[in-house]
Amino acid sequence: MEKDSIIEIKNLNKWYGDFHVLKDINLNVKRGEIIVVCGPSGSGKSTLIRCINRLEEFQEGNITVDGIELTHDVKKIKAIREEVAMVFQHFNLFPHLTILDNLTLAPMWVKSKPRKDAEETAMKYLKRVNIAEQANKYPNQLSGGQQQRVAIARGLCKNPKIMLFDEPTSALDPEMVSEVLDVMVELAKEGRTMVCVTHEMGFAKKVADRIIFMDAGQIVEENEPEKFFKNPESDRLRLFLEQILSH
Amino acid sequence: MAVYEQKPTKAAPSSSKGAIHWLRENLFSSPLNVALTLFGVWLLYLIIPPLVQWLYIDATFSGTTREDCAANNGACWVFVNAKMDMFMYGFYPVAERWRINLGLGLFVVFLIALRFILNNKIKFVLFNLYIATASILVIGGVFGLEFVPTEKWGGLMLSIVVAAAGIVLSFPIGIIVALGRQSELPIIRSICITYVEFIRGVPLITILFMSSIILPLFFPEGITFDKLLRALIGIVLFQAAYVAEVIRGGLQSIPKGQYEAADAVGLSYWQKMGLVILPQALKVAIPNLVGVFISLLQDTTLVLIIGLFDLLAMVRITAADSNWLGMETEGYVFVTFVFWFFCYIMSIYSDRLEKRFDTNLK
Repeated sequence: MEKDSIIEIKNLNKWYGDFHVLKDINLNVKRGEIIVVCGPSGSGKSTLIRCINRLEEFQEGNITVDGIELTHDVKKIKAIREEVAMVFQHFNLFPHLTILDNLTLAPMWVKSKPRKDAEETAMKYLKRVNIAEQANKYPNQLSGGQQQRVAIARGLCKNPKIMLFDEPTSALDPEMVSEVLDVMVELAKEGRTMVCVTHEMGFAKKVADRIIFMDAGQIVEENEPEKFFKNPESDRLRLFLEQILSH
Repeated sequence: MAVYEQKPTKAAPSSSKGAIHWLRENLFSSPLNVALTLFGVWLLYLIIPPLVQWLYIDATFSGTTREDCAANNGACWVFVNAKMDMFMYGFYPVAERWRINLGLGLFVVFLIALRFILNNKIKFVLFNLYIATASILVIGGVFGLEFVPTEKWGGLMLSIVVAAAGIVLSFPIGIIVALGRQSELPIIRSICITYVEFIRGVPLITILFMSSIILPLFFPEGITFDKLLRALIGIVLFQAAYVAEVIRGGLQSIPKGQYEAADAVGLSYWQKMGLVILPQALKVAIPNLVGVFISLLQDTTLVLIIGLFDLLAMVRITAADSNWLGMETEGYVFVTFVFWFFCYIMSIYSDRLEKRFDTNLK
């Protein structure tokens, strides 16, 4: 393992039945790096980041997260999930719990923190995403943008080394996208490792250290934002950029 | 191009509300609807007046013997009144009946206490404490309480004991079977599926016969197993399968994202199920669960065929008393009312639970 990489993916292959969704993926993410993964739908980008915290199993290859190699071993999976937080497209807040309880659930049950400490931490992160005043409401009483900010705060509560974002703004009404992106930009400045699957090219330009373009289950091109947008090397990326930036 | 002023909000037109509007919308909206309404009114006219006549107007309420009823054509409630103790306690020794009343009273105290206690752990402890106290009170044999064998239990008290034990025991078993049916381990899954499909393919009466007549054949000679206990085992195994299916329905309504989010925050399998999935699944399942429990309460009347004297059986026994021959009708009307009352209370309770757990408030 390279000294400063925190996620190391080697020769990763995954099939859904006979369908080859991930083809020979190799990717190293450095500590503190901000990676944006983009590509047409069905290209395997969500599947890729969901392999990192083992929401998806894979058949071939290795993934090493912060020195822990991902295997079937439940303890290792647990150890990795403690370091990795994930924000989902559909927020996936727990609708039967208040916002505050959503945030304190894992710290209290997984890390056995006393309620008071867990609530203090939760309030700190709720303030960070500008939503502290909603702490005692239920998720369904909040707008999509607010729910997604809560989801980000829930991820932050375990102070993870890595944040994974799986199309965090795709399910939002247009006017709510920016409040979520603003929070993500703030997070990016703090030096936490982030891997974001997103179509928000403005966000990619602003904060990404590296952008990865996937198509048909493989990485087609990776580059720093400047070159990625100005001088795409592959035809497929050029076509993709034309399609999403033309209007 | 144009710019528009903000428009004022107006009240809804008066023709869309009020009693006359409601009548027109709901009872007389079409020729078929008019016909149905008139037919319904006619049916009510046929049924209600004679019923009221028999139940109240011509009925006898006071007296002590059959002869007091002779003057009236209506119901003889004197019978129900005279046999009330039998209906309630069966053959439970008269001197010990206070124990059942106390057990019931403690239940009311327990319910009230639940409203003031917020901590779930204390609630759980209190619940178990109540079950233990009530069992000791009803069964006896310790703390100087006389032991009352289950052959003497009967009437409403027996129905409630069977229903309550059935609910309390089949619920956790049902949860475990429902989870087992979703398990990724093929052996556990097939055991649970076989169990559910087997039980659901057999009527409760058959299971009661099996547990009360066939089961003892497998025990060595001399070992007897309480009849009520055998019936209870049958009922619990039967109900657990239905509870499991209702809960499985609830589990299936939970989106995959909830499982993933619970995994992603690092919860273990049992934490995920206990803290995230089941609370939501059970909430969805409340109406159907209460439906299962209501039919369980009604099914307790089947224990009479294996020789236990529940409320319904007590009517048959008391109406066979030579002083009260032919009084079944009054007895069955009374039993109907008692069962309706308990089922209705369960329905109301289920409604209130649903509202209390509703977090989709706007």
